[in-house]
Amino acid sequence: MAKVTLKLFALLGRHLPPGSVANATEVEIPDGSDIGALIARFALSEKDCHLVLLNGAFVPPDSRTSTRLSPGDTVSIWPPIGGG
Amino acid sequence: MSWTGKFLRIDLTKGTVGTEELNREWARQYLGQRGLATKYFAEEVDPKVDPLSPANKMIFTTGPLTGTAASTGGRYSVVTKGPLTGCIACSNSGGFFGNELKNAGWDMIIVEGKSPRPVYLSVENETVEIRDAAEFWGKTVWETENGLKARHQDPMLRVASIGAAGEKGALYACIVNDMHRAAGRSGVGAVMGSKNLKAIAVRGTRGVTVKDPDRFIKATIEQKKVLADNAVTGQGLPKYGTQVLMNVINEIGALPTRNFRDVQFEGAHKISAEAMHEPRVTDGKANLATNGACFGCTIACGRISRMDAGHFSIATRPQYKEPSGGVEYEAAWAVGADCGVDDLEACTFANFMCNEHGFDPISFGSTLAAAMEMYEMGVLTREHTGGIELKFGSAEALVKMAELTGKGEGFGVELGLGSRRLCAKYGHPELSMTVKSQEFPAYDPRGIQGMGLTYATSNRGACHLRSYTVASEVLGIPFKSDPLATEGKAALVKAFQDATAAFDASGICIFTTFAWSLENLAPQLDAACEGEWTPDVLLEVGERIWTLERQFNLAAGMTAADDTLPKRLLKDAAKTGPAKGLASGLDKMLPEYYQLRGWTPDGVPTADTLKRLHLA
Ligand code: SF4
Repeated sequence: MAKVTLKLFALLGRHLPPGSVANATEVEIPDGSDIGALIARFALSEKDCHLVLLNGAFVPPDSRTSTRLSPGDTVSIWPPIGGG
Repeated sequence: MSWTGKFLRIDLTKGTVGTEELNREWARQYLGQRGLATKYFAEEVDPKVDPLSPANKMIFTTGPLTGTAASTGGRYSVVTKGPLTGCIACSNSGGFFGNELKNAGWDMIIVEGKSPRPVYLSVENETVEIRDAAEFWGKTVWETENGLKARHQDPMLRVASIGAAGEKGALYACIVNDMHRAAGRSGVGAVMGSKNLKAIAVRGTRGVTVKDPDRFIKATIEQKKVLADNAVTGQGLPKYGTQVLMNVINEIGALPTRNFRDVQFEGAHKISAEAMHEPRVTDGKANLATNGACFGCTIACGRISRMDAGHFSIATRPQYKEPSGGVEYEAAWAVGADCGVDDLEACTFANFMCNEHGFDPISFGSTLAAAMEMYEMGVLTREHTGGIELKFGSAEALVKMAELTGKGEGFGVELGLGSRRLCAKYGHPELSMTVKSQEFPAYDPRGIQGMGLTYATSNRGACHLRSYTVASEVLGIPFKSDPLATEGKAALVKAFQDATAAFDASGICIFTTFAWSLENLAPQLDAACEGEWTPDVLLEVGERIWTLERQFNLAAGMTAADDTLPKRLLKDAAKTGPAKGLASGLDKMLPEYYQLRGWTPDGVPTADTLKRLHLA
């Protein structure tokens, strides 16, 4: 098992376990697990996962199931958002 | 139609009010607002004019869709020569003032000269008067707005005014309307102050006529549905506002921190949109009271905040305990991350000060950040600051300096010079994070490369609203591009610049562009306005506006040497995050950008380009 940090922002924040701080929670995942599996575990819909970052770098939708996670990684996810 | 076809010319030196017919040919070429007013300004004002002299003019201008049923159709702009930058200035604001001006029957107001005494302009439909403002001079924006409503016995009066910052000539003073909406950048408020013009108070009840009412209403309903169905404009912006970006930009390593020394801020979450929704430990209430909308807007991104009544900044001042305009992303970044401050309440208070006294939070926060760096270096001392410890991260220093800058007192007078002049004065010009003397907004060009080119080439000095490539590079709108790559960014920046100029000329808010393109704007304009308005026509109008602004700046004395970034961004690599090891690749983008624009390698539009755009 490996520990990674999952951050869910904006409207996705409601999927975090109660008591999460700074929109982040630590998650234990099986070794070699990918981002797609993490998304599925939190029952997040693909449509809501508009912006997915691995350690700050963008992960395109079609690479999510092929992007394996390493211990200490941070996955951050946003629904569609804008600002200025 | 859609234009009223008339505008006001106010000569403050002579104390006269005139009316003129709008030049229809120019309206066809420049549409309105940013475009049309820039055309009038460039025709009438010497580009070398001293911005704070009576010879400078200022134009309060609406767009053809201002005051109509189009969503967000309430915008107005102020066009002048900016005292902060020495460039063409065009500051855009929402709220309700623009709609009221258009409904009073005027496309724009050209203000010239200088009044011998403080005055305000009263516009009630066709009754227009220059009136004495002695009792309002020295008063805050909020007092002035309420005072004018009381004097005119009209709570529906819409007011745009300046506070002490504009009266005393802070170089990034803004013009505030509807209490907390502002024509914010480049110091347009200082120009108003230099003319002894305290306020413009407008009441308009005449309505706005469109060319084909049935087609127009159908088009606006269709396009409102596009906004409502879009996840960004229908859900994200109303709920979280622009502030939702705080965590995004921090995570991607492009959040300028402590005067751009770092690209990630450890306290970002504490000043983010998410934090604004969380109940405070102190009183159990959230900072965000509600969201708010400008005239006719179906997005409603505005933030209305209620401060913690026990916070040190307002504990003894009950007047700040009522909800008022809260921090948007740019303001929260400037007074927060850029100064290393993670106290959301202190940031909110600084924002209240900006609204109450009329000054730009972006330029203020960036200037304070530069001053904090000089303080930590020992260049500035307590003697300069009036005994205040100007350390990065100090909420006390932020609160104090925001109030002093707004009131034009103590060290606040020096902060009112803006970052370039302040850093030069104390012998450290390299610490000023500016382009053409205007402070950067909230995106580090090392982590979002397109924004480096955006800042360097912006016609009004560093600005994110001239080509918001963040939409593509980070948010994936309309397509995702790599924020760390320089390839393709010249074309991206040019496309954003031209389309944005067209939106800014229409009377519509630029935030619609998270869901709309020119394809969505064109049918609304075409149904409302005389002439044929297609996306292609609008794109050409946008390019024409951009090139006209460039010509003005070149005639004012700017050169290609001004299209650059501070050394810190060109040479010092980002220390953390995905951009670690990377500096701005401006040199890889700029030559291609000039080429795509049809400019010489020295950044001057060629004769062919001018001819193609009907500028010669
Ligand atoms: S989107 Fe925001 S800034 Fe634009 S008009 Fe609406 S409320 Fe005003």
